Amino acid sequence: MADKILKELTLKIWRQKDAKSKGEFKTYKVHNISTGTSFLEMLDILNEQLVEQNEEPVAFDHDCREGICGTCSLFVDGRAHGPDDDVTTCQLHMRRFQDGATITIEPWRCGAFPVIKDLIVDRKAYDKILQAGGYVSVGTGGVPDGNAIPIPNDKAEEAMDAAACIGCGACAATCKNSSAMLFVAAKVSQLALLPQGKVEAARRAKAMVAKMDELGFGNCTNTGACEMECPKSISIEHIARLNREFLKAKFKD
Amino acid sequence: MSVLDSKIPAGPLKDKWSNHKAHIGVVSPANKKKLDIIVVGTGLAGGSAAASLAELGYNVTAFCYQDSPRRAHSIAAQGGINAAKNYTNDNDSVFRLFYETIKGGDYRAREANVYRLAEVSNSIIDQCVAQGVPFAREYGGMLANRSFGGALVSRTFYARGQTGQQLLLGAYGALNRQINAGKVKMYNRHEVLDIVVIDGKARGVIARNLVTGQIERYGAHAVVLATGGYGNVFFLSTNAMGCNGSAAWQAYKRGAMFGNPCFVQIHPTCIPVHGDQQSKLTLMSESLRNDGRVWVPKKLEDAKALQAGTKTANDIPDEDRDFYLERRYPSFGNLVPRDVASRAAKERCDAGYGVNNTGKAVFLDFKYAIEQLGRETIEKRYGNLFQMYQKITDVDPYNYPMMIYPAIHYSMGGLWVDYNLMTTIPGLYAIGECNFSDHGANRLGASALMQGLADGYFILPYTIGDYLAKEIQTPKINTNAKEFDEAEKHVTDRLRKLYDIKGTKSPDHFHKELGHVMWEYIGMARDAEGLKKAIELIAGIKKDFYKDLRVTGEFNAMNNELEKAARVADFLELAELMAHDALDRNESCGGHLRTESMTEEGEAKRDDEHYRYVAVWEYKGENQAPEMHKEPLEFENVQLTQRSYK
Repeated sequence: MADKILKELTLKIWRQKDAKSKGEFKTYKVHNISTGTSFLEMLDILNEQLVEQNEEPVAFDHDCREGICGTCSLFVDGRAHGPDDDVTTCQLHMRRFQDGATITIEPWRCGAFPVIKDLIVDRKAYDKILQAGGYVSVGTGGVPDGNAIPIPNDKAEEAMDAAACIGCGACAATCKNSSAMLFVAAKVSQLALLPQGKVEAARRAKAMVAKMDELGFGNCTNTGACEMECPKSISIEHIARLNREFLKAKFKD
Repeated sequence: MSVLDSKIPAGPLKDKWSNHKAHIGVVSPANKKKLDIIVVGTGLAGGSAAASLAELGYNVTAFCYQDSPRRAHSIAAQGGINAAKNYTNDNDSVFRLFYETIKGGDYRAREANVYRLAEVSNSIIDQCVAQGVPFAREYGGMLANRSFGGALVSRTFYARGQTGQQLLLGAYGALNRQINAGKVKMYNRHEVLDIVVIDGKARGVIARNLVTGQIERYGAHAVVLATGGYGNVFFLSTNAMGCNGSAAWQAYKRGAMFGNPCFVQIHPTCIPVHGDQQSKLTLMSESLRNDGRVWVPKKLEDAKALQAGTKTANDIPDEDRDFYLERRYPSFGNLVPRDVASRAAKERCDAGYGVNNTGKAVFLDFKYAIEQLGRETIEKRYGNLFQMYQKITDVDPYNYPMMIYPAIHYSMGGLWVDYNLMTTIPGLYAIGECNFSDHGANRLGASALMQGLADGYFILPYTIGDYLAKEIQTPKINTNAKEFDEAEKHVTDRLRKLYDIKGTKSPDHFHKELGHVMWEYIGMARDAEGLKKAIELIAGIKKDFYKDLRVTGEFNAMNNELEKAARVADFLELAELMAHDALDRNESCGGHLRTESMTEEGEAKRDDEHYRYVAVWEYKGENQAPEMHKEPLEFENVQLTQRSYK
């Protein structure tokens, strides 16, 4: 429980000037890191150190630092969001590491998420998939009373399980095929479970899958790696529901 | 009086909004297509506004500094959203929600605005349900409610501990639909750094493309700021790392006045600071106070033992526990408003009863609720929050009480707006946390989500029409106008100035220094002497900043250090204004406690005779003292009383 001090850590970090440049690993050392420090705070400390040496700090994406905005990414020692379960990188703490360890830090590796700089990647592809149909087509105003549509508790809970997706990209980055199926399935499934979303379920599934394919994400071969690394424990059962919705839509064609 | 016209409609409170809507201008569908609107920020307010305005037919250009609009910090709101549905049959009503919000805000908000907020609250729930937001449901399929601080009824709708996320994803869905339809042009990773004013009207913005470093111009017939709050002026807060006050601050310097800058909210239940390597603070939802009991030891020696690590919470029997909120405020107990709960925690810790190694923490204990309701029920209600707590602290809150301490969370102050949500620059609007309007001196829990969505879905889309109806003859805004040249040069020069200092210390270094001063002197308790000292200290940090700042990296490229430097430069100026405002307001109200203005029992004492106004600050130029205007607050529908939760 009480925090300890990690006297020295070796960091192997991917550095890449911009999208067009070639990247490489560089090695850094940090000292006297408390185990109560978060992983990103450890990177802050490294960056302060680099600024002191008049070197450019390591660029990495982060924002809320409480595991909900989905901005942070990073492969840490070969695992999306690092060596802890059900967390984002910003929730990873240094107590997961041993003193003297060497830690390898890379950006998401996925063709549809090109590197912008160092550890920052471009995840616009996820926005584009949702723009293709990841919503209920309802405008502001003119909707019925909230209680006019009763929704069974278990359906609402299951929809919420799927809706918990934070769009971080760990699923596609982990998948050996770079498939975005878990991400797509989470939204399709959430809305297909609810009466509000059922109306256009077929159209939605088709449009989102088509956009996913167009953007260069790979196919799903059911390895389940996405589910293992999802920081929000989104189940691959939602992929099964996506497949059902997609097939239903195709039969209707 | 004066430069301020709040434009509050005449007539009885309950008819103001409907009368106003009936009389304001409306733009025809054919003309909406010719009008452009810029929306800065894509949180609950900005996202819902951009989507709703585009649905109406306007051409919307939206900006966010994040890599996706879905990541705006509204996403982190946990507990819920208020609405006066009265689904629980516990005597809620629009009036009660209005009354509790006005009272919770310690009578420093406008009646008309707050009433309108309560009035549209129910439509928000309907809208979000229609979008597919998976609110919690009872077994019969109806929407569930929970209780929140400062309210006598149960009116908070929620989606587990992720209500902000779910509401934001609903708004983001609506926004995506309009992006897909070509009605919203979305610019991610863009930070707005100046407002362009032509002939006295807001006509565009200057933004920095955070990927390329390019400075870009965008024109529009109206500009909407939905950029959130400025809590990060304290460095450590529950805000996201990127949250900043820059767009609002630049608007201030262009002529938009700033209302009540000293009103910031300190949230009582955050995970305590662990050490000087800390980068931000994590909130634990207020909803936890529904079932958690707050306590510290009764005996000082027990507190000392906890601090030294020789005793644990479980070693202290019930009779030696001081449930100080229940003791001091028997009628509201653990559910007193945030400012009251925060001060009570500080009071106990200052008296030496803190329970962790720094002496700056109190317990929030679920043992009693688990005994009563069973672990499963608690897990269902708060599972994700407990998991979050455990991941950060390595302590299991099912078996050991949480340790919590107050932290900066929300800014009630912000750009001054009239009833139409327009700032003192015509054509420039401010919505959501970015404006000052609805929460007075203290915001009640689950009301930020309500206000953001009220402004974006149901208020701005009406009121902006009144302004734009007079703009239908205005052609597309020419971004080659000299005002755009001037504003772009202003931004580039300012960034260049920071970049060229070539000193030795990072932006974070100065930001942390500022944060210490803010927390010490402009934090939970303030007094004239401390505030004067803060003004001196901030001036010192500012001087050092412009002498010794180091911005590494390239100027015309992605550069996080340059982004931070620009934000800190603005925070340093905003901090000064906050200190001046806090110094002027020699009363205690809401989140603002002046130690000179307290009752004998140590409770906050408001001074309605002298301070029943909104302090509205006008920028007068570099190195000039800002001028304060007063908007007097009239209360015709509520009786002003000293707030009591006893």
